[in-house]
Amino acid sequence: MKVKVTVVLKEGILDPQGKAVLHAINDLKFDNVQDVRIGKHIELTFKDQDKIVVEKEAKEICQKILSNPVMENFEYQIEEKP
Amino acid sequence: MKVAVIIFPGSNCDHDAYIAYKKILNQPTDFVWHKETDLSAYQIIVLPGGFSYGDYLRCGAIARFSPVMKEIVKKSKNGTKIIGICNGFQILTESGLLSGALIMNTNRKFICKDVYLRVENNKTGFTHLCKDEEILTIPIAHSEGNYYCSIEELNILKDNNQIVFRYCSSDGDIIPKANPNGSIDNIAGIINQSGNVLGMMPHPERNAEKLMGNSDGKKILASLLQDFIRD
Repeated sequence: MKVKVTVVLKEGILDPQGKAVLHAINDLKFDNVQDVRIGKHIELTFKDQDKIVVEKEAKEICQKILSNPVMENFEYQIEEKP
Repeated sequence: MKVAVIIFPGSNCDHDAYIAYKKILNQPTDFVWHKETDLSAYQIIVLPGGFSYGDYLRCGAIARFSPVMKEIVKKSKNGTKIIGICNGFQILTESGLLSGALIMNTNRKFICKDVYLRVENNKTGFTHLCKDEEILTIPIAHSEGNYYCSIEELNILKDNNQIVFRYCSSDGDIIPKANPNGSIDNIAGIINQSGNVLGMMPHPERNAEKLMGNSDGKKILASLLQDFIRD
């Protein structure tokens, strides 16, 4: 079972990478884009197929190591298809 | 005083810290691999700069789970002096021994240069050999040294005099222009509430002797060797 995790900087925290990419996008004349935030995409593959167990563990992993609560938020999605 | 310089995979300022304590300050000093779980022989612990685990995930995020960190957390509660420099500071915030986090410099660049620091609190076990508001010149070398914390946490740091160093101008003014990386309130180094854990982005071990330009860093490293009793 796969869990797809996204970690992003909390709102209000400056994202210098996002700012640089925004400038590049605007330079390409995509003036409609007004902000860019860059995050991380992490995929966890679990041996266990029990969704409840996997979800509990995935959440704990996100809290414990994949994100830093001082500056980041996370969300995850469980993919049940093998 | 026996000093442990912890080596994580990817530490690269460990030798500088070792030489500073062993050769310049003449202290018994050991390199200690991060798999070690017993630090009972040491009164001072140095978490050196570098790129532990290649800065993967976040700076310090993986090193904080090294076996030695359990022992360091334990020793921090017994009052052992612990100094985290650069990546060591990042490991201390990741482990929760210090509040806040270190995020990417606002200019997205790796900055390697001398900066001016003002000693904001010289009544600590890490700065008592400095004068109050003394201006030190110490090098920085980092990409993720932008200290961030919530306003609530910042107020706690201020209320408890936990801000030990701020980036300043050559005259000692705390101004945005003197802030190399975007750190909140020009913070360059903080201490925990008990006063025995210090984290700082600048590298005192890189100028612990005159040969390296000046020896301002020595004042910090030497402060750890003497007992300091708070009023």
